[in-house]
Amino acid sequence: MTTTPPAAAAGHHHHHPSFGHMVKDSIAAGLLAALLALPLLGFHLLDSAQGLHLDYRFPLVLWSGLVVFGGRLGLSLAGAAISKRMSARKTTSAESITGAPAKPRPWRKIAGWVMVAIALTLPLMPFSDRNLIDKATLLLIYVMLGWGLNIVVGLAGLLDLGYVAFYAVGAYSYALLSQYFGLNFWICLPLAGLFSASFGMALGFPVLRLRGDYLAIVTLGFGEIIRVILLNWQDFTGGPNGIANIKRPSFFGLPFTAVSMDGKPTFSQFFGIDFAPEHRIIFLYYLILVLALATNLFTLRIRKLPIGRAWEALREDETACRSLGINPTKTKLSAFAIGAMFAGFAGSFFATRQGFISPESFTFIESAIILAIVVLGGMGSQVGIVLAAVLLVGLPEWFRDLQLYRMLAFGGAMVLIMLWRPRGLLSSREPTILLSDCPEAAK
Amino acid sequence: MDYFLQQLINGLTLGAIYGLIAIGYTMVYGIIGMINFAHGEIYMIGAFVSMIGFLLLGVLGITYVPLALALVLVIAMVFTAAYGWAIERIAYRPLRGSFKLAPLISAIGVSIVLQNYVQIAQGARVKPLQPIIKGGFDVSVTAGHQTNLSYLQIIIFLLTVTLMGCFTWIITRTSLGRAQRATEQDMTMASLLGVNVDRIISTTFVMGAALAAVAGLMVTLYYGVIDFYIGFIAGMKAFTAAVLGGIGSLPGAMLGGLLIGLIEAFWSGYFSIEYKDVAAFSILVLVLIFRPTGLLGRPEIEKV
Repeated sequence: MTTTPPAAAAGHHHHHPSFGHMVKDSIAAGLLAALLALPLLGFHLLDSAQGLHLDYRFPLVLWSGLVVFGGRLGLSLAGAAISKRMSARKTTSAESITGAPAKPRPWRKIAGWVMVAIALTLPLMPFSDRNLIDKATLLLIYVMLGWGLNIVVGLAGLLDLGYVAFYAVGAYSYALLSQYFGLNFWICLPLAGLFSASFGMALGFPVLRLRGDYLAIVTLGFGEIIRVILLNWQDFTGGPNGIANIKRPSFFGLPFTAVSMDGKPTFSQFFGIDFAPEHRIIFLYYLILVLALATNLFTLRIRKLPIGRAWEALREDETACRSLGINPTKTKLSAFAIGAMFAGFAGSFFATRQGFISPESFTFIESAIILAIVVLGGMGSQVGIVLAAVLLVGLPEWFRDLQLYRMLAFGGAMVLIMLWRPRGLLSSREPTILLSDCPEAAK
Repeated sequence: MDYFLQQLINGLTLGAIYGLIAIGYTMVYGIIGMINFAHGEIYMIGAFVSMIGFLLLGVLGITYVPLALALVLVIAMVFTAAYGWAIERIAYRPLRGSFKLAPLISAIGVSIVLQNYVQIAQGARVKPLQPIIKGGFDVSVTAGHQTNLSYLQIIIFLLTVTLMGCFTWIITRTSLGRAQRATEQDMTMASLLGVNVDRIISTTFVMGAALAAVAGLMVTLYYGVIDFYIGFIAGMKAFTAAVLGGIGSLPGAMLGGLLIGLIEAFWSGYFSIEYKDVAAFSILVLVLIFRPTGLLGRPEIEKV
């Protein structure tokens, strides 16, 4: 590219900025931070009985300037030290870096199996309690959504900013079907997937012929439309109050209750164990684990089928695909609908786990989180998505007390990870199947 | 008829505001092909800076309305433009030339940061401001109905038209505008011919942010209430407006903004206020199906 940021350019060409230059640069950064902080941190709009009035917090402006100055100076000093060491090492090992073909990464497969083993044994661990399993269940929902969206974004390269809409469709289909028709979870699960997939088809059909950016904005709009409809169609969806008392899932017909409601045995009675509320929690955990792993298995398998290869090919070059006889609209539509279907499954699981849903759970921020998981994980990498989900959903979950600063840190992390690794934590854009006689393509 | 006229006036006012935000989207998209997701938040910051500016001027005793308005306009544009510049420098420039989704994700991150930063710094509650520019005159009065055009609406129209004029002049007549158009057509070639591409892109962000600040000022005056969340919906609609008008085209952005404003006003005036956002997006989808390049956009030829 023609435009390299000055800092990076300096690092590569062995021009180490002098200390004086660093100080000057840091002073500029500090002054900018103070300027930016002045209106929004320096003044505080206070609402009182007499109307709005101003409160002054100028020390904060000074502090933010000083913190940025110190941080910038420290980072550039550290950066200079590191690049000095790196450049010393680079001269000896430059040849091994250039021209090396992409190596297969067996550790990723191993890491995947280790993760599955950890997930399977988690509830049996001595340290696991109700709280931990609850959080792990939530994390797995995001992993599943990430894997589902990965089909759309990672494999087919379609930017979907309204993925949460399909999640909402799945959740509301289960809630409404069980409320109006008394259907149980196991019947509703495939139905919810089907509904979401048909929504995906209906939305995808008109817009998938268009350029990628338009798809992004239309899916964003669609996400909002679904939310607005759920919010305003009071008679049907309960509006902002949502739907409460959604039926809990049963263990193939055996309910997780202390006493039997209708004469049929409960889960604990059937297996002759003492009733414990944890049974349901653990069951839900394994349920989402199975659903998520099914999504993963599906993706891994379909990548090797013609349709999956067509998705990856389409992501890389649409014009070439068209000239090879692949119908781009149909191929994209299938990815879009399948991705939506998995969101529908996850949605109906969410509804049965919470027992209560409202439009509040399906805001744009959820779509952003799921997309961030996919992209940060390294589009297309199944293991990367798990890592990103742990990083973005798991860690902040432990800092719930710092609710206010949680989202701030979340957004900041998104920016920083992108700056650090623009292709995601574990990027894998190599096609799944390669012709064996052209190893060059593996790069 | 009067009701229709009133909705027309309201719709055009709203549309002027959307149009000003949409210009920021369309300029950035035109030049670096990126959806600046944080632009809605820039507009929100413009609204907050404007409100703080008005209160500060009140404390300082400057109550002469035209002077206060001019001062706040300058304050809001300067500070908001500084935000626009800093965001481009920190979060987008290092990612230029990186793969396509990276800047977008970074922009979503910036948007989340700004929203929560304002929420923490200024509180989550809605901030109401006393009306500063009051009054207006009746365009027509018939039995039971009167159509009102407020002074504020006139100011919004005049300001928008003036700014549009200035921008058209900058883009078409000045050397800065020429460099911008050159960068938009071919960044590599422009840089080979001596255009400082980095500076041009920074300027584009500064210009877009300054216009968003004006939109923020207008909304502060027009509705009198703002909160940290206003940027999301407004930004989304403004982007819709930019796509509707044909992304990359300045008159298209303004036209798209006016259309979205009108659709919203008439839909909430005649049908239902709850579904006004749905209406705007449905029309966007229809336009995209039948005219994918937007109303004033040029068709893009795909090259191998």
